Amino acid sequence: MLQRVVRQRTRVASGIAVAALILAGCAGNDEGSSSTDDICESADGDGPKIGLAFDVGGIGDQSFNDSAYAGLEQVVTDLDGSCTDVEAADGEDDAAREERLRQLADADHTIIIAVGFIYGAAVYNVAPDYPDINFGIIDGAPPEGVDLLTNVANIGFAANQGSFLVGAAAALTTQSDNVGFVGGLNIPLIQDFEMGFEAGVKEINPDIEIQSEYLSQDDAAEGFESPTNGETAATGMFDNGADVVFHAAGKSGLGVFDAAVAAGEGMWAIGVDSDQYLTASAEQKPHILTSMLKRVDTGVIEYVTGVADAVEAGGEAPNGFVTYDLSSDGVGYATSGDFLSQEIIDQLEDLKQQIIDGEIKVPTAF
Amino acid sequence: MNLLPRVGVGLAAPLLAIVVAGLVTSLVLIGVGDSVAEFWGVMFTVPSARLTVGIVNGASILYLSGLAAAVAFRMNLFNIGVEGQYRVATFAAAYFAGQALLPGYLNTVVTICVAMVVGAAWAGIAAILRVTRGVSEVISTIMLNAIAGGLVAYLLRELGDQQGQIRRTTTIPESSWVGGIPLIPGESSRVYGLAVLAVVAGIAFAVILNRTRFGFDLRATGRSETAAVASGVNVKRMVVSAMLLSGAVAGLIGMLDLFGNSHAYGSTIQVGVGFTGIAVALLGRNNPVGIALGALVFAFLSAQSNALGIEAGISPEIVAVTQGVIVLSVVIAYEVVRRYQVRIEQRDVARALERDRAREAGALS
Repeated sequence: MLQRVVRQRTRVASGIAVAALILAGCAGNDEGSSSTDDICESADGDGPKIGLAFDVGGIGDQSFNDSAYAGLEQVVTDLDGSCTDVEAADGEDDAAREERLRQLADADHTIIIAVGFIYGAAVYNVAPDYPDINFGIIDGAPPEGVDLLTNVANIGFAANQGSFLVGAAAALTTQSDNVGFVGGLNIPLIQDFEMGFEAGVKEINPDIEIQSEYLSQDDAAEGFESPTNGETAATGMFDNGADVVFHAAGKSGLGVFDAAVAAGEGMWAIGVDSDQYLTASAEQKPHILTSMLKRVDTGVIEYVTGVADAVEAGGEAPNGFVTYDLSSDGVGYATSGDFLSQEIIDQLEDLKQQIIDGEIKVPTAF
Repeated sequence: MNLLPRVGVGLAAPLLAIVVAGLVTSLVLIGVGDSVAEFWGVMFTVPSARLTVGIVNGASILYLSGLAAAVAFRMNLFNIGVEGQYRVATFAAAYFAGQALLPGYLNTVVTICVAMVVGAAWAGIAAILRVTRGVSEVISTIMLNAIAGGLVAYLLRELGDQQGQIRRTTTIPESSWVGGIPLIPGESSRVYGLAVLAVVAGIAFAVILNRTRFGFDLRATGRSETAAVASGVNVKRMVVSAMLLSGAVAGLIGMLDLFGNSHAYGSTIQVGVGFTGIAVALLGRNNPVGIALGALVFAFLSAQSNALGIEAGISPEIVAVTQGVIVLSVVIAYEVVRRYQVRIEQRDVARALERDRAREAGALS
C-alpha cells in the first residue's frame, strides 16, 4: 500500500518535471523557427559573413527579432554576403550567451550582431578576444565599469520619438479619451516608449487618461514572451474604458491584439517594432491602428553597410553609441490598413518635422 | 538478488531511456523536416576544450539543483520549490556580499552561509505549513516559487542599481571573487572555483544518508511513515529537517556563478535551473553518483545545442524535447524493470514454497 503511494508520488513528480521541461521547450519555439526559407541557408556570397544571435523569442516573434532578421535578409542580399542566425534558449545564463558568440566568432564570421541588451555583458567579454571581428549589439550598452571597445557598436533607436507619434495618433483616434500602454519589462529601454507615448498623447489633448502597466519587473520571458500576460493586461485596460492600447512587449503584444479583438468593434491596438498589421491574423487586422516602427532592420543594414564600407576603404568601423532616430528613419509609424485618415497623417507628419527640427523635445528615459 | 544484476538493471534503465529519447528526437526532426544526420553529427561532435569547461560548469550547477531535490525526494517529500529557494537565496547572498561588510574571502564564506540559511528558511515555510496545517508541500512550494519571483523583482527594484538596461545588485568587491580552476591546460576559460561546493555537497549527501542515524531515519520515513513512527522516529521533525536541508542545498546553486562570473544578481540570471534539477534527480534515481551522471548528460545536451543553430541550422529548442523524453522514458523504464523484478521475486518465493511443500509431503508419506 505505502509502496504504491510512494510510486504514485514519484509519478506526480516525474509528471511535473516533464511538464516543466516541455513548457521550457514550448515557450521559445512555437512558430517553426528553423524555417526552410531562411536566407542563411541559401546565401553563400563572398561579401561579409554575418553572424546574428537572436534574443529570447527568436524568429517568429513578429516584432523585434523578425525586424532584425528582415534587415539581415536585405543586407546579405545587397552585399552578396553569407550569414548564420542562431536562437537563444530561455533562462540561459551569461556563460551560454558568451559561448554562442564565441562559436560564431570561431566560425569565421566577420560581423556579429547580438539582438538585444541581454547580450551586453557577453559581447563585452568576448569582443576583446577577437579584435578583427566587429560586434554590434541592438539596444546595447557596456556593463558598469567597462570601457567602450573600438570593435563594438551599441546600436540604439530613439524609441521615444516614434512612440510620441503613435501617442498622437492614439489621442486623435480615441473616442473615450482613455488610452493604454503595455510594456514588457520595467527598464529604461521600455520606459522610453512609455514616456514618448505619454508625451504624444498629452501634446494632442492633456485631458486624456493613460493607463499603464508593465508585465514583469525582471523576467524577460514573462515580459516579452507571454501573449497570455499581454492579453490579461490589455483586457483590463479595455474593461476600464480604454479604446486604444499601445504595446512595447515583443511577443507578449500578440495577446494585446487578441484583447482588442475580444473587446470588439472600434477597439484599437498599436503594434511595435515592425509593421505588425502585415503579420497579424485576419481577425486581428481590423484592430491594428498603426505600429510604432523601431527600425531594427535599418539598424542592422546601416551597421553592416558601415562596417563593410570601412573595411573596404580602410577606415574605422562604426563603434561606440550609434543611434537612429526620426531624421535617419530609424523610427517611425506604419500606415498599413489605412486606418489613419489623411488629416491624422498630415498632423503626424507636421509633428515629426517639429521633432526633427528640434521644436518639440520628446522626453526620454535615458 | 545479488549485486551484479542490480547494478546492471540500474544502468540498463537510464541507457534504454536515452536511446528511446534519441529515437523520439529523430522522429520529431523527421516530422519537422530537419536533417537527422546533421543533428546527431553536431550533438556527438567531441566538445572543444572551452565547451568541456562549459559542460563541467553547467553540470556542477545542475548537480546542486538535483541534490537539493533529491534530499527531499528520499524523504518522500516533493520540493518543487528549488527554483524559488535558489532565487531568493541567490538574491539575498548577492545583496549581502555586495554590501562588503566583511573583508575578502571572509565575505565569501559568510555569504555562502547566508545563502544556505535563506534557502532553508524559504523551504522552511513549506515545511511548517506541512507539519502544522497539513498543506501539501507540492502546492505550497509551487506557490512559493511565484511569490519568490515577485519578491525578488520587488527587492531588486528597491535595492538594486540600474546598469544600462539591466537592474542588478551592487557588484561584489573583487577581493571576494573566487577564481576559476584551470581544468584543461592551455584553455583560458576556467571551471568555477566554487564547483568544489558541488563535490563537497555530493559527498556529504552520501555520507549523511548512508552512514548516519539521521540518514537512516530519513530513508525509513520516506519508505514507510507508519513503520518509522513505530520505531520511534519523530516524523514531523524529519519533515522539517529534510525540507530545511533541501532548501540549504538549493541556496548553494547560485553561488558558483555569483562568485565566479556575474558578481551580482541581475535580470540576466539563469532561470529554470531548479526545475531542471528535479528532472536530473529523477534521472539519477536520487543517488549521488546517479545525479552526477544525470547532470552531466543534461549539461552536455544543453552545451552542444548551441552549435546546432550555427552548424546545422536547427533550432536548439529541440534539445528540450530530448531532455523531456529522457525523463519520461526513465520513469517508464524503471517501472518496467521494477515489475520484472517483482515477478522474479514472486517466482522465487513460489518455487521455495513448492519445494517446502514437496519436502513436507515426502516427510509425511
